[in-house]
This record gives sequence, C-alpha cells and structure tokens, in this order.
Amino acid sequence: MPLRRPFTSLFRPQRGPDQTVLTEHRELIETIGRRKLLRGTLSLGALTMLTGCNISDRDAVQTVLRAVSGFNDGVQALLFDPNKLAPTYTASQVVKPPRFNAYYEIEDLKPVDIGGWKLELSGLIADKRPWSLERIYALPEQEEIIKHICVEGWDYIGQWSGPNLRDFLTRVGADLTAKYVVFHGNDDYMESIDMPSALHPQTILATKYAGEPITDPFGFPLRLRTAVKLGFKNPKWIRAIEVTNSYSPGFWEKQGFNWFSGL
Amino acid sequence: MKSSIIMHPLAVRLMHWTNAAAMIVMIMSGWKIYNDEVLFGFLHFPEEIVLGIWAQHALQWHFLGMWILVLNGLAYLTYGVLSGRFRRLFFPISPRELVREAVAALRFRLKHTDLTHYNAVQKSLYVGVILVVALQVVSGLAIWKPVQFSFLVSLFYDFQGARLAHFAGMTAIVLFILVHVSLAILVPRTLLGMLTGGPRLDASRETAVTPSPTSNP
Repeated sequence: MPLRRPFTSLFRPQRGPDQTVLTEHRELIETIGRRKLLRGTLSLGALTMLTGCNISDRDAVQTVLRAVSGFNDGVQALLFDPNKLAPTYTASQVVKPPRFNAYYEIEDLKPVDIGGWKLELSGLIADKRPWSLERIYALPEQEEIIKHICVEGWDYIGQWSGPNLRDFLTRVGADLTAKYVVFHGNDDYMESIDMPSALHPQTILATKYAGEPITDPFGFPLRLRTAVKLGFKNPKWIRAIEVTNSYSPGFWEKQGFNWFSGL
Repeated sequence: MKSSIIMHPLAVRLMHWTNAAAMIVMIMSGWKIYNDEVLFGFLHFPEEIVLGIWAQHALQWHFLGMWILVLNGLAYLTYGVLSGRFRRLFFPISPRELVREAVAALRFRLKHTDLTHYNAVQKSLYVGVILVVALQVVSGLAIWKPVQFSFLVSLFYDFQGARLAHFAGMTAIVLFILVHVSLAILVPRTLLGMLTGGPRLDASRETAVTPSPTSNP
C-alpha cells in the first residue's frame, strides 16, 4: 500500500520515492520520533538547569519573540495619535548638560569633522542637494522643552531647538506618503522611524541645546529630537537622511529591541 | 436541589494556570528590565532568577506576556462577573470577620475545612490581588505610552512615579504569590482542587465539617 499519493505537480517528480524503503524501515522511523521527543524533553530540561531561564537567544524562541515585537509595532502605530502633543516643561527644569548615552563610552567618542560635513539626502526626495550647516542654521527654528525617556527607564528634561522635520522634509520635496525616514549617524549608527512620527509637530532636527549649539557628545552638529519616541530612536551626529518605503532595522532593533518604540 | 457545579470549573482552572505562567514571565522579565536602571541602588535582581539574557530579551518577553496576562485577565473578570463566581465566593467581606480571622491566621489557628467557602482573609486577599494586577496594567500602560496615555502618567505624578508604582505593584503580587503558594502547599487539597476541579458545591455543604489543623491559601 503506498504511504502517500503520487504528486501530479509539474515541479514534483511524477512518482514518489520507492515505497519499499519506507515499509522495510517503518518500525525504525516510528521509534525515531519517540526517541527524538524523549531526547528533546531531556535536553530542554537540562537546558533550563544549565542556563537558568535564559533560553531567550535560541533561534526558535527569538523567532516567536520578534514576531510578537513586530505585531506590537503595528499596535503602536494604531495607538499613535499624530496630533497628541507630549507634555512640555519650563526652562528652569532643563538638565544641563544632557545625559550622555551611546553604544560606547563617552571617552570613545569620535567628534564629527565639521570641515567636511554636509547633510546628505537620498531616497524619495525631489531635491537631493546636500545641506551645509550654515544653511540648516538659517532655517526657522523650533524650540521644545521635552522629556527624553530612555528604554532603560531613566529620563531627563531637555531644551532642544532646530528646524521642524516636517517643514524640512516638505522643503526638500520628500514623499510624505512614504513609510520610513532613515537617519544615518556619523558612527555608523542607523535608525529608522515611521513617517507619521517624523511628521509629528514635536519632531525636530536639533542643532541647539539650551540655546547653544549641541556639543560633540550630544550629537553635534545635527541630531533628531522627537517627543514621541524612546531615546535610542533619536540618532545623533546625523550625516544623511533617507526617505524610503523599505524597512531596515536600526542598530538597536538588530539586537532585539522593539522597532516602533513610540511613547 | 442537585447542582453539578464544581468549585473550580475547567474555564477557571485554565485561566488560573495561564495567569500563573504569564505572571511568572512578567515578573522575571520585569526584574531584568529593572536591573538596567534600578530604582534602589541596593537592589539588583540576581541573574539566576531573571528572564532574558540582555534587557532587549526581557523586554521581548514582557511585551509578549503582557498580551497573555491582559487578555486572560479580561476573560477571567468577564467570567467572574457573569457567572456570579465573584459574588458567590468573594462577597460580602465583613470587616469584623476580617480582623478576627486575620488574627487567627497569624496564630495559625484559622480553620479551613470547607474548600467551597472562602473566609474573610481569603476574600480580601483575592479581591486585593485582582485590584493590584489591574493597577499594575494601568501603571504599565503609563510607562509604555507616556505620551499617548499622558493622563495615566499624571495619576502617578510623573514617569518615575509610574515606574515606582509598577515596582510596588510587583512587590505586592510577589508577596501574594509567596503566601498563596505556601498555603496551597500546606493544604494540598486546595492545590489539587485547582488541578482537578475540587468538590461539588452542593455535596460539600452536606458533608459533616471535621476540624482539621490547617490554614488557608
């Protein structure tokens, strides 16, 4: 008796493999399943003892967890109200200087060489001519005193100013219906955010902190400051902005952090 | 009248153990997230008891457990209200009885012979922990979405206040679990009841109450 019907698809062999092999080894094949199950159970048990509960980086576990994280991206996009403003604060509450954070220590900072610096534009943008710092400084400034909330749990109040990102994207003829705005940092740091968050009224390209040009550790000459994302979604030392429809995970998302990370 | 209702119907048992699993995931991953930026300098949770190698894994677990906890919790609340279970088992709570039984419980003199009837201490602990979990969801939402749900943040003064409340809620839940599990082990019939369903509600009423030197979960 054949164990399965022969395939009729063009892409499959006209007949299945020789069934006698299966028939002869039926007993072995059946025990393999049971043995594998037993072994699997044992190794799963042993694993939990060896590593405590840290099974999180196993491929199968990561696949599930990252799928849930992707689902949570969608939920957050639905929860996001493009007109909802984050609370703002007074100048007396501003922390000076701001708190340093990067994926390396402050001693390893490589300041941007401003001599050769230009803001490059790419992707779905009509006018891709690079921007000098002087031209960016000449744009109308928006100041916001907002909370910086880190994924770790700390927060501080900062006073940021610079051109509004929506105005800037409009000015350079970016496709505002595109899905993502990607920021490339000087230290190979890359982050992408969704277009609705990029167009939020409290999202700016910050050039100043507390009225003075941002200093090196905090993103000189240009960084993103948005009141609607966690801290790590605010790249510093920006050297290029890209508008695109294709998703690319940023530095921290590749490590497993949630991409949307909206506040 | 012959009733076929058992103490813990299958739905309740499924929701109880689902909640237990989700709660363990939430607490252990929460400890790892906490370790990244502690509220109290003296308190770091040992790596052996946290879930997640790095904070991002703990966050992944936390935001998976969140769905199971909330959906299961909503199903439980709906069931508890509609079936009359909450009304039958948790209410009324007499303050006078509560004080008397709390004192008896602390002296290990509180009898627990009829599994189908909760004493005032049990009632307040069960109702209390349900309220704490509900508050935990509120403070959790405030931390997750401090801009979209800024009105929730203001309930806790500010963002750090919400973190503190979330930590306090965790502490209360962990204390509840310690008491709950210890007493369930002391009175194994209750643990068995949550696995197999326990006594029939009418049958137990007719059974003669025999004193037993046990406490209550």
